[in-house]
Amino acid sequence: MDARQSGAILAVVTLNMDKVGGGAPIFFARDEDEQEKTARHLSKILDAVVHDLENGAYIIVRH
Amino acid sequence: MQELLPDYLAVILAGVLAGTAARIILLRIDYRQYPGYPHGYLSHVSLGFIASALGAVAVPAILKPDYTAVTFLALAAQQFREIRNMERRTLESLERTELVKRGLDYIEGIARTFEARNYLVMGTSFFTSLAAQFGGLPTACVAAAVLLMACSYFMSGEVLGDICDVVPADLSFRGSVLMVDEIGLMNVGLKSMREKILAEGLAVKIKPRDGNARATVHDIGQRMAVAFTAAVIVGTKKDVDTPELTPMARKNPDTGEVGLFILPVEKDMEQLIAAVKLTPVLESARSKPLKAGPVIKEAKRR
Repeated sequence: MDARQSGAILAVVTLNMDKVGGGAPIFFARDEDEQEKTARHLSKILDAVVHDLENGAYIIVRH
Repeated sequence: MQELLPDYLAVILAGVLAGTAARIILLRIDYRQYPGYPHGYLSHVSLGFIASALGAVAVPAILKPDYTAVTFLALAAQQFREIRNMERRTLESLERTELVKRGLDYIEGIARTFEARNYLVMGTSFFTSLAAQFGGLPTACVAAAVLLMACSYFMSGEVLGDICDVVPADLSFRGSVLMVDEIGLMNVGLKSMREKILAEGLAVKIKPRDGNARATVHDIGQRMAVAFTAAVIVGTKKDVDTPELTPMARKNPDTGEVGLFILPVEKDMEQLIAAVKLTPVLESARSKPLKAGPVIKEAKRR
């Protein structure tokens, strides 16, 4: 998917590597604090929104 | 006085004055939807002046009788369509850098209104000159006053407060989903952002009074217009890197009620409610399914 397009998943920040895979860049975090921090940085860098899938994975999505 | 003026000049002047006055009055009403572009103001007054001159000149042209002269009115119509395009282009190019979008429906509505107002101006000046021609200047004054009032009455249009109730609502999170009362708006992942939204956000619920109103707020363009107006009036803390803070209006699919969330600069609930109520009902969003009764019955019978 074109990363400029609305709805594109730009990155995944996860606590659980087993649950994610696929095309978007994946960042592994050791704990929730690190996950929150990485996600915040990515959202500022990419001007995108952080969504919580409530399964230990955050996705960064451009809208 | 009148003997000093050449034939018809008083007639034309009366029409032009009334028409230009109408344009200025209508432009003041415009300010809510089209805030503050001084050069736009000037060009619209000038075009209003031209429109009123065209309307006013039509009367002597008919009486002369110089019927072919009236065909220039067709040229005027062409000119005013150009105004619509001009407005649309301006607003569309501004839209690209707008943090809270007006939405294409709103832009189209504004552009159409600007075109229509010139026809109103032309009508005002035409009827004022007609009155001046046949009833003299005092009659023209009365006619102008009545027409000006009619213009501002017809063009002020319906606002959302006329068809919906707007009440304060609560913001909360169900898991990571932002809720306005029972309406889910969006998934906010960052805890810091959730805390900010709960601490500084405001929410209202728009309750349609009947089925027609429900159909109107169902329209996405209408909801964008509501969010835009709210953002203009109470401000928004959204920036390029915080798209989570975008003012947003989502509906409850079961009841048709719409929840609006905004992170205002000024946390003033009354101001927000007033802003939402003030949002114009867009022409393109307006629909009246309840009035379809007889037609539907007829179709069912067949």
